[in-house]
Amino acid sequence: MSVTQTAGSSATADARTHHGNGALEMPEPDHRLDRIADHPIFKTLVHDRTRFGWILTGLMLFVYFGFIGLIAFDKALLATKVGGTASLGFYMGMFVIVFAFVLTGIYVARANTRYDRLSAELIRSLAK
Amino acid sequence: MSRLVPFLGAVLLGATPALAAGPDLGAVQQQATNWPAIFMFLFFVLFTLGITYRAAKGSKSAADFYAAGGGISARTNSLAIAGDYMSAASFLGISGLVYSSGFDGLIYSTGFLVGWPIVLFLIAERLRNLGKFTFADVASFRLDQTSIRIISATGTLVVVAFYLIAQMVGAGKLIQLLFGLPYLYAVVIVGALMIVYVAFGGMKATTWVQVIKACLLLGGATFMAGAVLYKYGFSPEKLFATATQTHPNGDAIMAPGGLVSNPIDSISLGVGLMFGTAGLPHILMRFFTVSDAQAARKSVFYATGLIGYFYILTFIIGFGGIALLMSDPSYFKLGADGTTYDKIKDMVGGTNMVAVNLANAVGGPYFLGFISAVAFATILAVVAGLTLAGASAISHDLYAQVFARGRTTEKAEVNLSKASAVGIGIVAIYLGYVFENQNVAFMVGLAFSVAASCNFPVLAMSILWRGTTTWGALLGGLVGLVAAVVMVVLSDAVWVKTFGHPKALFPYANPALFSMPLAFVTIWVVSTLDRTRRGNRERAAFDAQYVRSETGIGASGAHAH
Repeated sequence: MSVTQTAGSSATADARTHHGNGALEMPEPDHRLDRIADHPIFKTLVHDRTRFGWILTGLMLFVYFGFIGLIAFDKALLATKVGGTASLGFYMGMFVIVFAFVLTGIYVARANTRYDRLSAELIRSLAK
Repeated sequence: MSRLVPFLGAVLLGATPALAAGPDLGAVQQQATNWPAIFMFLFFVLFTLGITYRAAKGSKSAADFYAAGGGISARTNSLAIAGDYMSAASFLGISGLVYSSGFDGLIYSTGFLVGWPIVLFLIAERLRNLGKFTFADVASFRLDQTSIRIISATGTLVVVAFYLIAQMVGAGKLIQLLFGLPYLYAVVIVGALMIVYVAFGGMKATTWVQVIKACLLLGGATFMAGAVLYKYGFSPEKLFATATQTHPNGDAIMAPGGLVSNPIDSISLGVGLMFGTAGLPHILMRFFTVSDAQAARKSVFYATGLIGYFYILTFIIGFGGIALLMSDPSYFKLGADGTTYDKIKDMVGGTNMVAVNLANAVGGPYFLGFISAVAFATILAVVAGLTLAGASAISHDLYAQVFARGRTTEKAEVNLSKASAVGIGIVAIYLGYVFENQNVAFMVGLAFSVAASCNFPVLAMSILWRGTTTWGALLGGLVGLVAAVVMVVLSDAVWVKTFGHPKALFPYANPALFSMPLAFVTIWVVSTLDRTRRGNRERAAFDAQYVRSETGIGASGAHAH
């Protein structure tokens, strides 16, 4: 996709930019950037993605610190047996691991579809 | 036992713990020379040197050296990230912790893992879009190059130094145990090999060494966990039942124990593990090796899966150790009467050797040799990554931008980076030698705390908050760095155990819960108060950075001239 291709070349290109410029380099004023910043698709994309990212971050913090909080304050609960030998704490620990993975999966799925599509639309409409 | 658990907790405090750790391995007896392990390791070394040779031939530009030319695929990068993270410490240390205290091992596993989603949601793509070679490139994107690079490079070098010392000492002790080589030889071999990988092969060789080792480690651990489960008919329930019957603590190993007796400390540990991950310079560098933000995003997703899977394996391996090793006297140093032994303390080679001894129990001496060789390879790959991060900070951040003020050539910069890698390697060998008999267990914990309190706040605030100015980032990073180091120095691990003072002045083992917010607050307050013209200009420059960080578009716009 076009967005990612432009970003792709950045590493080498930037090396050049930075070697050439001094310590006081500032990003040069670029009217194209202002146009992008005010673009409705850009606003939707960024607002949506930022919000989604923070929601998922919040969920992860809640689950992990919930787990740690229970370990710190209610060990007895976690020691409760859940069928046979395995304890509730064991299942919760496994849940935290799986949850972290699933959460990254959810983000990537949405980013690969919705956000990449919005980025592509943005590039297309800017090219006009 | 209740005394042992907090001790192990302290030992495990970082990733390396275990190996790094003092008393456990402090009294290491050099073992009989283990030839199968040495041959397998030599094979690994020759193979990776071949890769380094090929990488060196293909590496010309700075982008090749620092970022493998940006041509690493998402899958390869995810293995490299996972490899950087699955240190010998996580493998041997966490399985050892599970062996001695059961459930408590999970606290570390989860803590090490949950930083990754945060990296993905907040950092990874933006880092790649703004990215060049080091995270200082990103943090200084719209801020003053000199100040921000000084603070970022300092944070990087402090993290690298502590991490490296812990790894070098751990490597020496581990190799003494596994291969029967003298400590000094081991440290010199590790140091020399990492210099070769980094100075000749740059990021490309470092990445591939990491990838190969990650595959070997995941393969070996999968086989071991599979063999354990096979013995119990693939029923975890049966494994747990046998383990609780065998372990001296019985049913208690399924419940949280004394590892986190202090709630504040456990939360602080969690904060350090979680946000330290997002500030480790050798990990952040990996996001510049992929072609675009999409690949950066995918590599975190795969890496999270691999790391999570790996921690589940270490948990099974630890329980397998309880079930299969504890009743077998041949894995223990027997007491004076020749029959009794302490099931936890007396394991041959110490508790950290559970995974290695289990390899022997389920796969025989050749598999033991394989796992030993993999453990050595793991250390080698991790120190190579650290050395590259340190060398990049010296050449790309300090030399090119601070001393030469951008008036240098790409070739001179890369050459300086190679020289720095040699220098860091020699210093690491020396420090590894000097610290042989010191307690270095706290150092990995300190590295994570500094990463969470200096690197992460500076990076996150400069990317995410418009108001951040150079003064804010500089002072905030400095405050976080100093606070983390001072709090650890005043804590029990250093103030009492190393300096011999009677009482710790800082009551907790982990400073991150205090030092990280302190850094964020300082950045916020100082930036808000900053009314300089430079500050205003930097706030105004946020829009350009914002567009580029969110889309990658500014990247092409900025150098289309």
